[in-house]
Amino acid sequence: MRKLALSDDILMTVEKPARYIGNEVNSVMKNSKEVDIRFAFAFPEQYEIGMSHLGIKILYDMFNRREDVWCERVFSPWVDLHKIMKEQNLALFALESQDPIRDFDFIGITIQFEMCYTNILQILDLGQVPLHATDRSIEDPFVIGGGPCTYNPEPLADFFDIFYIGEGETVYDELFDKYKIWKKSGKSRREFLEIAAGIEGLYVPQFYDVSYHEDGTIADFRPNNEHAQPTIKKQVVMDVTHAVYPEKPVVPFIKAVQDRVVLEIQRGCIRGCRFCQAGMIYRPTRERNVEKLKEYARNMIRNTGYEEISLSSLSSSDYSQLEELVNFLIDEFQDQSVNISLPSLRIDSFSLDVMSKVQDVRKSSVTFAPEAGSQRMRDVINKGLTEEDIIGGAGKAFDGGWTRVKLYFMLGLPTETEEDMKEIARLSDRVARRYYEIPKEERNGKCQIVASSSFFIPKPFTPLQWATMFTPEEYIRRAYIVKHEFLEQLNRKSLKYNWHEADVTMLEGAFARGDRRLCKTLEEAYRLGCLFDSWSDHYDHEKWMTAFENTGADLDFYTIRPRALDEKFPWDFIDIGVTKDFLKREWKNAMNAKVTANCREKCSGCGAGTFEGGVCIESKSKI
Amino acid sequence: MKVRVKFKKYGAMRFIGHLDVMRYFQKAMIRADIPIAFSEGFSPHQIMSFANPLGIGVTSEGEYFDIELQREISSKNAVKQLNDVMVEGMEVVSFRQIAEEKKKTGMAIVAGADYLSSLKQGTFPKDWKEKASTFMNQEQILIVKKTKRSEKEVNIKPMIYKFEVRDERIYMQVATGSVENLKPGLVMQAFCQYLHMDEEATSFANHRLDLYANAEVDGNRELVTLESLGSEIE
Ligand code: SF4
Repeated sequence: MRKLALSDDILMTVEKPARYIGNEVNSVMKNSKEVDIRFAFAFPEQYEIGMSHLGIKILYDMFNRREDVWCERVFSPWVDLHKIMKEQNLALFALESQDPIRDFDFIGITIQFEMCYTNILQILDLGQVPLHATDRSIEDPFVIGGGPCTYNPEPLADFFDIFYIGEGETVYDELFDKYKIWKKSGKSRREFLEIAAGIEGLYVPQFYDVSYHEDGTIADFRPNNEHAQPTIKKQVVMDVTHAVYPEKPVVPFIKAVQDRVVLEIQRGCIRGCRFCQAGMIYRPTRERNVEKLKEYARNMIRNTGYEEISLSSLSSSDYSQLEELVNFLIDEFQDQSVNISLPSLRIDSFSLDVMSKVQDVRKSSVTFAPEAGSQRMRDVINKGLTEEDIIGGAGKAFDGGWTRVKLYFMLGLPTETEEDMKEIARLSDRVARRYYEIPKEERNGKCQIVASSSFFIPKPFTPLQWATMFTPEEYIRRAYIVKHEFLEQLNRKSLKYNWHEADVTMLEGAFARGDRRLCKTLEEAYRLGCLFDSWSDHYDHEKWMTAFENTGADLDFYTIRPRALDEKFPWDFIDIGVTKDFLKREWKNAMNAKVTANCREKCSGCGAGTFEGGVCIESKSKI
Repeated sequence: MKVRVKFKKYGAMRFIGHLDVMRYFQKAMIRADIPIAFSEGFSPHQIMSFANPLGIGVTSEGEYFDIELQREISSKNAVKQLNDVMVEGMEVVSFRQIAEEKKKTGMAIVAGADYLSSLKQGTFPKDWKEKASTFMNQEQILIVKKTKRSEKEVNIKPMIYKFEVRDERIYMQVATGSVENLKPGLVMQAFCQYLHMDEEATSFANHRLDLYANAEVDGNRELVTLESLGSEIE
């Protein structure tokens, strides 16, 4: 039997010991002596969050299909265990073998959001691996980063040996094969990094030098090693139907945030909302074959025992075989009492019909993400959802018996005026009005419209990457304008408005568009005790501000400074297919509130056509 | 058809709490293709009820839950199908039909449990075995029970049915269930006090052996295992 890394005493004192013992259904056990490569796959967040993530499941499955690789999982120890591990100098271990990750060949860290950056340092620190890539020796693992945040890896550049830019399914095999040869050769650590730098999509940050203008912007970014490429090409799997899919995902003992079978129906999004990073970096949209998905659904229910199945994609309604898939799921699973959940659906007759079959209308709500209150503002962000769509969809839902509507908005968008802000409240009220048009005898009491807003954060590789952020005071001022407007509304008693905090928005914004000089600030913040920053009760704004101060970094430079159209961005060396010219064009369209058609209506020549697949060839064949 | 499942829980699984064990077996039913029955209503759930929860950190070779079946399946096949989908540290021991009436067989009938307790940390005084044989001769065995609101002294002696040394361990049989419930840790705490040991520096590994129902004869307690109330399905 496996020996657990933590003593009984520790496991009995920490909250949810099941986070640290592994042994879950479908977790993969191998003999460490019989593999060539030990890979620790880390998700720098709490177990329940990490275990909900599809990407880690895909790569875990894919790596473990190789006989010569044993991929194991690692998550951030929660604050209680963190403290104990620091005090007792315990080394962070992988869940399957319970062995220290410092003895592994690779530590792969998936980087899903900016507010987990201090947790990345925690993994390395508790892992007893030198924080800086350049301080690591031949004894240390190679630390490799992947995931959406690596589309601007610069604020993490010091801590990673390699970044894998793009979808994981493509060049890991090549990396592993070359690693095995290198390991036998007895060559230096640096030589392996040079080999890695020669593989498409892999970025070795220490092989690049950055110089800056006097105003702090980047003057030059270029390789200092002949093996390093000046641009790094994002990796994409063009044939998603035949790509690996985790049909036997690990089933946690404790309840994960996403505790269900997940079917990824497509990758990418045809819509082109100008604030959305996923909509740009995952271009072009590629659909999975519906027959394949049906097969996965059956197998995965049988292999996991889950009683819920959920579709995953950015905009499920755009999946061309949606009706067929959903009808199949209902027919196949409803009498086996498997719940079906359908996030990111456009609210129309079809989806309402489906929803009325799979959920209890009285208890559930319908969700819209208009993102902005006024049509003008929605045109700026290219959110192709009109007021008629919203009122019409909500009306159908009300007629069908629903009484609860959720609305998601953003505040602090470029060109936003007070009128635009107030429209958030007014639109919410118009939804409520539609409800009260139903004769009193026919409706179910009051309706409840819950509007939430987050503050807009410009992200790299989006048309709004040039946008300026605002000060926290200004964000709060805007939220109050909306709040007051809500109080003016006719149906205010049926309306509710919430907004997100502003402080953490600034930080997320700084790291999203930051450069490698922020590495120092991040390290200082971790040293001061920042951890689990995405948890509002753990986020310590003062410590963060001290970290900025101590390292001489200027938060405003990264957030509220206007950026010129020709500024060299830290992430410009990455080629995502979508061109900077297209993004500029789209930025100008945004400034003129001019909408751009989606990929199926009309190709806008964004550049992702270079991958020669997915929606790009589909739309061209139609023309 | 009502069925009682007996299982063992050991190794790393001792850190999985009661609710998570329930969730684990719900999923296992589907993976093992057991024709379990569901409740009616908009969101049907499996008809499954668990016996007395086992504390975190305690291992057991006598855990139980009852389920309702849609159609018959043989005990032998069910045990095999379930064990094929178990993780290390969970093992199904038996799968037996029980009577339909709840009163006679349902989980409310749990009346006792027995445990083996072994020293994990700390040292016993030399005479601990003799002391163990006189432990139950005390008139009262008092222990301070802390609840969220208050502290009160209770006499736990009537809830200890047996207490003796077996090999190098303590064997005990205690009251368990919805009427009276005594945890093995509390008994060992009382024993430590009796031995004048430093409680802080002492810890025990507790292992549950079985759960019992009271098949009372003429007002005399007669404990029988929950398993024995069921019969094999051919
Ligand atoms: S090239 Fe055209 S079809 Fe392809 S992703 Fe870009 S805009 Fe869409």
